[in-house]
Amino acid sequence: MAFFDVFFWEVVVSGLLAGVMYSLVALGFVLIFKASGIFNFAQGVLALFAALTLVGFQTGQVPFSHLINAVLGTNIQHWGEGTHTFLAIVLTLLVMIGLAWLIVRLALSKLVNQEGIILFMATIGLAYVLEGLGDIMWGADVKTLDVGLPTGPSDTIIDATGMFVEKLEIAAAIVAVLLVVSLTIFSQYTKMGRALRAVADDHQAALSVGISLETIWWVVWSVAGIVALVAGVMWGAKSGVQFSLSLIALKALPVLMLGGFTSIPGAIIGGLIIGVGEKLFEIYLGPMLGGATENWFAYMLALVFLLFRPQGLFGERIIERV
Amino acid sequence: MFYREAGEFKTSYKADQATFPIRFDRIFFWSVTAFAFLVVPFLINDYWEKAVFIPFMVFALAALGLNILTGYCGQVSLGTGGFMAVGAYACYKLMTAFPDLNMVPIIFLSGAVTAAVGILFGLPSLRIKGFYLAVATLAAQFFLVWLFNKVPWFYNYSATGQITAPERTVFGFAVTGAAAQPATTYLFCLAFLFVFAWVARNLVRGRIGRSWMAIRDMDIAAEIIGVNPLRTKLSAFAVSSFYIGMAGALFFALWQGAAEVTEAFGINQSFMVLFMIIIGGLGSIFGSLVGAAFMVLLPVLFKNIFVGAFGWPTDLSQYLQLMLVGGLIIFFLIVEPHGIAALWRTTKEKLRLWPFPH
Repeated sequence: MAFFDVFFWEVVVSGLLAGVMYSLVALGFVLIFKASGIFNFAQGVLALFAALTLVGFQTGQVPFSHLINAVLGTNIQHWGEGTHTFLAIVLTLLVMIGLAWLIVRLALSKLVNQEGIILFMATIGLAYVLEGLGDIMWGADVKTLDVGLPTGPSDTIIDATGMFVEKLEIAAAIVAVLLVVSLTIFSQYTKMGRALRAVADDHQAALSVGISLETIWWVVWSVAGIVALVAGVMWGAKSGVQFSLSLIALKALPVLMLGGFTSIPGAIIGGLIIGVGEKLFEIYLGPMLGGATENWFAYMLALVFLLFRPQGLFGERIIERV
Repeated sequence: MFYREAGEFKTSYKADQATFPIRFDRIFFWSVTAFAFLVVPFLINDYWEKAVFIPFMVFALAALGLNILTGYCGQVSLGTGGFMAVGAYACYKLMTAFPDLNMVPIIFLSGAVTAAVGILFGLPSLRIKGFYLAVATLAAQFFLVWLFNKVPWFYNYSATGQITAPERTVFGFAVTGAAAQPATTYLFCLAFLFVFAWVARNLVRGRIGRSWMAIRDMDIAAEIIGVNPLRTKLSAFAVSSFYIGMAGALFFALWQGAAEVTEAFGINQSFMVLFMIIIGGLGSIFGSLVGAAFMVLLPVLFKNIFVGAFGWPTDLSQYLQLMLVGGLIIFFLIVEPHGIAALWRTTKEKLRLWPFPH
């Protein structure tokens, strides 16, 4: 059977690994949606912003240099050799946490009790702000990101099976697993995690037992920012840090629809299904349709799937009452 | 002082239910309309036409369409760009297939084609709701753009993949192509906007509009009291797509003159129209127009300030503009989630009482 040769498995594996990358973005969505009911459209831009900031720190760019130069007529670009990768990551994490505080403080805390659609719109606005901010702070040119992750095809796998698998994608898979495990531990076994789940369960009840909604939201957005940083690093190392990074957020949406908006395992499995499905469809049926089917296949798959199961694979059952 | 209903006695139900019950409003509305139809065409030049008026009217029509679907029927759609593309490509195919056809029926037919496509992509709405539906409409957005990009028949096998509007006339005046005068295209668009804003206003307060709103407010309850969800939702998709299709046709034929699908009708276009109706006001005809004006004028204004007055580089002003638009959206949502239309309503309430606030 021609379909089950090495090439087929290579496509499947690369699809699975691409799916992991989608899952990384989808995870951030799920975290925020579970804890605050906010459908965070800005997750992709958050990843872009994190990656831009990381590169900026690494290479020692002066933030807002373009703006400063335009206003003052100076010509500053860099403030030295740049920082060590580890230090840059720590600094970026701090920036993401600060950003989360700003977002919650300035925008979301004033929108408590609004309808979901209004909050969704607010995050689209947020996406625009972050996109503009990222471009003004660090410049819009395509940047390469190197944090010391292995690249190139893995020799051991080629020798053992004859398949061509990127080392970077394997690293991404390992990171994703670590991330999911640590997130699970965080939400199941820490006090903060328990408070987080309480808020996710019922805002009012959580407030009445003395949990601060604003703090929880801040923590959630910080965690989402950290997840965004991981996703940004992975995607940035793969295809360079550029504007198109923010579009992967859109790819994460069908992943979420498949997996259900409220399920972390759903985000992972949804990502894998989309990744494999999209690659197989593109390779075996794409040429007949003119190629580039990756643009829409994920959405169509999710659409068809939802017709049969409107809450997704692992989503909470939708119960409606009048 | 002048803005109050005291002393205006209604003697018929018709007068009581008029869109503008207060005389001042009526006078204001008709003078603006008269100004738009009779004065502006003599003053308009190329810059005002291409940068302000035509974009405003095209997007106002699209915003009206999306507002019918999202604001009145409660079905969130992110596929506006895709549906505008359907309108534009239908317009192009009709223009090239029937060279003798008048532009007016061409625009109508483009709208009708889009309505059919809209019904098709509206089918999932019977089963999927809320955010899930919003994401499902993304399927329409990406699939349609891909389709127009990949199937050469749609762009008549042109080498660039672009569609270019040939010259067509209405009553002997060129409305598309290089020979079209600013005043002609302006009046053509204005006539469409005027008629269809009037149609929309009367649709939404009639039987069909009320059933849309019933579905929006609570679909299960609406179904129980006898509103047919299939017919209601699909009619909302059809009417909305009709408007958006016409907007797409005008966008391509009168405004841009040429279009490339991934650039002109991308996902950003969908968001743009969505912002218009949110800033303007969900479920408000006036809101659609104000929102469109706001989103069209804002970039023009910013560009004039940053590039014209401060002399900053254009890319910088573009990013600043992004930030400001995003910030304004958040600001509006915090201050008034129901948009400028709601602000306007409050102002009118205050005006009626002025100068005595209690």
